[in-house]
Amino acid sequence: MFIIGELINGMYSNIALALKDRDKKIVQTCALEQIASGADALDLSCGPASKNPLIDMPWLVEVIQEVTDKPLCLDSGKPKVIEEGLKVAKNKTIINSTTADVEKLEILIPLAKKYRSKLIGITISAKGIPQNKDQRLELAATILTHTGEQGFPIEDLYLDPIVMPINVAQGQIRDILEVLLEFKMISQPPPKTIIGLSNISQGAKARSLINRTFLSMAVASGLDSAILNPKDKELMDALITAELILNKNIYCDSYLEAYRKK
Amino acid sequence: METQLVLEKWQGVISTVIIGAKKEEGGSRSDTVKIGGQITMPLLFKEGATPNKPRIAFEISDIAPFDFDEELIATYGKAVNDPFAWADICVNEYKAGLLCLKMQGTHPDFGNKSPESAAKFISALLSKVKVPLIIIGSGDDAKDNLIMPACSEAARGERCLIGCAVQDNYKTLVASVLADGHSIIAESPIDINIAKQLNILISDMGLSLERIVINPTIGALGYGLEYAYSIMERARLAALSGDKTLASPFICFVAQEAWKTKEAKASSQQGIIWETLTATSLIQSGADLLVMRHPKAGQNVSNYIEALFKG
Repeated sequence: MFIIGELINGMYSNIALALKDRDKKIVQTCALEQIASGADALDLSCGPASKNPLIDMPWLVEVIQEVTDKPLCLDSGKPKVIEEGLKVAKNKTIINSTTADVEKLEILIPLAKKYRSKLIGITISAKGIPQNKDQRLELAATILTHTGEQGFPIEDLYLDPIVMPINVAQGQIRDILEVLLEFKMISQPPPKTIIGLSNISQGAKARSLINRTFLSMAVASGLDSAILNPKDKELMDALITAELILNKNIYCDSYLEAYRKK
Repeated sequence: METQLVLEKWQGVISTVIIGAKKEEGGSRSDTVKIGGQITMPLLFKEGATPNKPRIAFEISDIAPFDFDEELIATYGKAVNDPFAWADICVNEYKAGLLCLKMQGTHPDFGNKSPESAAKFISALLSKVKVPLIIIGSGDDAKDNLIMPACSEAARGERCLIGCAVQDNYKTLVASVLADGHSIIAESPIDINIAKQLNILISDMGLSLERIVINPTIGALGYGLEYAYSIMERARLAALSGDKTLASPFICFVAQEAWKTKEAKASSQQGIIWETLTATSLIQSGADLLVMRHPKAGQNVSNYIEALFKG
């Protein structure tokens, strides 16, 4: 499982403050703590409070590159903000994200190609959030068609079925799990799959429990990558155990420790 | 049309373990033996590097062995009663690059030698024989916990390979090996889960994973060799996929299993064949170190290794 740490986000007060005061220590500590907890890459988002994300995003990229060479996942709804981050990135990058809208695909796929970045494609469009599996598959097909036409390597594409909060769209969660497997069948080689995990428990009370239960189920559905909080130890333990049960690692009594020794 | 080879690219690497220390490294061995270091499954030379060949260690014992076949006793003659003469034959006549010494005489039922006399024996052997040494306890846990620290200390700095640590009895041995600069053999009963667990337990005590050699426990040809084979193969696949806790070279105690079989006991020629074939099969499943007894079997396997590695 490719784990992308979600904690560098202007939505969180410590990061908002760090952006405001240009306090790189806070950001760097947050980056290193997530890596120590098992993150393979870091999501960077300036958040809604950022007054000038065009300056904040490259600043985040630069200060984090001072302490790690892990891939950076540039998270913004605005392609220009992503491009400002890509311009200064020395680490590998992942664009987070394009929707299935043609206007977005036509900007972000060339951008991903130009900067040799991976790309997350979310199965939503200007028409709104899909309500069922078929709509998700249709949007996935749109994204795949465009990446194919533009010669973008499928193995660098991550499809996100857009996870809905359990207290908003309980009826859709099973569809989301099933579509993770079906995404794999719509092209050869298959695209990778990704979810933004924390969405599932947005507004719920037992967040960590819901997150880890859903993640285990998604892993069983062949999920390749997740944006999550790697500092949630129980979540990481559940993930390691789910992968163990799927025979991805060899069992031993100290399998949690063994995984972390990797 | 030329056949297209399907080549894997692995991310893991098997640890390189060095046995023996020369003078400039703080020991007194004439040479060192390196095992492991592969980045591919066994013998797939086109796929990735296999920097070190499998090596043969000749087995000797501090007392006349009780479990040696008549053929073996006849081969070594009176030397089996004199470990120094025995070691000398192995090194000078049979060109052993490595000796595996079993401290059988320390066992409560087979002489019950004291730690002091065991240590004295190790010192004497090290001064007479210059090849790197593997030292194995008698298999009696309680006695080994007294004997092995003394043997380890007597061989301090010689970078021996010392065994065997098992899941229920590893702490004393690990502490000694750590203190005296040796490497350790971690033994598991044909069980990959225990092999992995034991490696973690050992490394948790501060001995790095790079100083562990796995004894997967084997069966001879016809006596469960395929179980060991599949365990070794599975461990290697996991190691090459990045599982550092299983990325240790393997030592296989070939002779003690091969000569136990009724086929080996039936005729001396068959015994030699059994020892040879058990060893060559294990080389194909990834064995790095083969503990052997009969010089003819040793020669056969040595020829086999040379032929394989000629490319």
